Amino acid sequence: MLATVGFYEAWWIQIVKAIVIFAVGLQLVPIVLIAERKLLGRFQARYGPNRVGPYGALQPLADIVKLLTKEQFRPSTSAGFLFALAPTISILTAVAAFAIIPFGNVQHIFGTPVGLYGIDVSIGPLYLFAFGAVAFYGIMLGGWSSGSKYSFLGAMRGAAQLISYEVSQGLALVGVIFTAGTLSLTGIVQAQQGMWYIVPQFFGFVVFLVAGFAETNRAPFDLTEADAELVGGYNTEYGGGRFASYYFAEYLNVLVVSGIVTTVFLGGWLMPFGIHPPGWVDPFVVLFKMGLMTFFFIWIRATLPRLRYDQLMSFGWKILLPLATLNALVTAVLVVVTH
Amino acid sequence: MTWDPGGDVVEVLRTPAPGAARGTYRAFGETLRGLKTTFGRFTEKAVTIQYPEEKTPVYPRFRGRHKLHRFEDTNLEKCVGCSLCAAACPADCIRVVAAENTPENRVSAGERYAAVYEINLSRCIFCGYCEVACPFDAITMGHDYEMSDYTRSDLIFTKEMLLAEPIERTPLRREGE
Repeated sequence: MLATVGFYEAWWIQIVKAIVIFAVGLQLVPIVLIAERKLLGRFQARYGPNRVGPYGALQPLADIVKLLTKEQFRPSTSAGFLFALAPTISILTAVAAFAIIPFGNVQHIFGTPVGLYGIDVSIGPLYLFAFGAVAFYGIMLGGWSSGSKYSFLGAMRGAAQLISYEVSQGLALVGVIFTAGTLSLTGIVQAQQGMWYIVPQFFGFVVFLVAGFAETNRAPFDLTEADAELVGGYNTEYGGGRFASYYFAEYLNVLVVSGIVTTVFLGGWLMPFGIHPPGWVDPFVVLFKMGLMTFFFIWIRATLPRLRYDQLMSFGWKILLPLATLNALVTAVLVVVTH
Repeated sequence: MTWDPGGDVVEVLRTPAPGAARGTYRAFGETLRGLKTTFGRFTEKAVTIQYPEEKTPVYPRFRGRHKLHRFEDTNLEKCVGCSLCAAACPADCIRVVAAENTPENRVSAGERYAAVYEINLSRCIFCGYCEVACPFDAITMGHDYEMSDYTRSDLIFTKEMLLAEPIERTPLRREGE
């Protein structure tokens, strides 16, 4: 059975929407990049980049120009086609996952109803997990096809990490889906009218957030990269534009996870205290909440040391999974009792 | 009677036992504590000194680039060309050629003066022995530490360069800093 799409528009609206959302979404990546470096600097009592442009604001541009003008290097032991394909998979899945983040409800723009999201699928979280799982192929293939032991070790760690967190991540969302009674992300936001799900689903929120750190391969779960012992892990052999793709995908993933957390737990475009602003404010509310989540990502990165491989496994299986299961069970019982 | 160590006791922080629920709870608390610590750093001012614009202040006894001195009243050079500094120099980077003072051409206060006084700063180890060896306090170590140059020959400082004031003064550390 195919998934149904919640709201249809004319084809030209969909094309315009796609262009606008990705024009804005992809511009956010360099902002997150400079924000991370500046904030990490502040967290470590230093300034961060402040030489290129005013307050170092042009640093991402300089980085990108530097990376793109470098030679496309490829080790002689690498598997050619896959080596080039792997970063593309990473970036593609990140972009695809970005499509389902709702930035607002259906708005009437010049009398035409337009949904402020890429696409409203009836299987929102499943779509997300599907692309999250495919995104892992970007890391796995990249690490394997490099033909280097460090890359391979990084990819293996990625594999172990994926199976440790993905089940808990799925289960963490199950509680929300029970309560909302829908899998559509816009439906989940609308179900949070009275109270955001961060309050009744607090454990789900924590588990999803922790799993989100693991999904984006960021501190404290960045052991696929582990610069200290693996020289960069799966992307050791990558340089130039291909490395830029991986880098870009990582920060886009941060934005995607921030967006999903915003949508599912922080009430999406809804404002607290029953404030109902006009429709054009909605995307800014979502972007603001995403910004807060991204700040939290960076804050965590500045705080926590990297977990060891076995610590991640035991944490994933012995703590996260039981917690997520218990959360889903209790929610299920409560939903049955109250309805 | 046992000795009371008082407030010097530091409690040993143990890592949580792997996988234990209690350990996880404690790890969660410690994570929050860590977040609080890093946020404290975040609100503070950065400690970075933006080097080319602001310079690290040096201590008064900092041994930087040498200076040669003149008498303030007569404007004669203090150096009498005795070569004791060159003899004391462990890096052998000082070259002094002395010449006799004449009534028409009186350069220093003594009988002789340094016609040539060169310090090869690419050799100098900034030990300050020359300053100690000098019987007339003619040479002292200054506070300049920015002496990089493009060629080696530019690092050979002549007497005129050593007698001149540094172009840019190095900031000095204040009392108690």
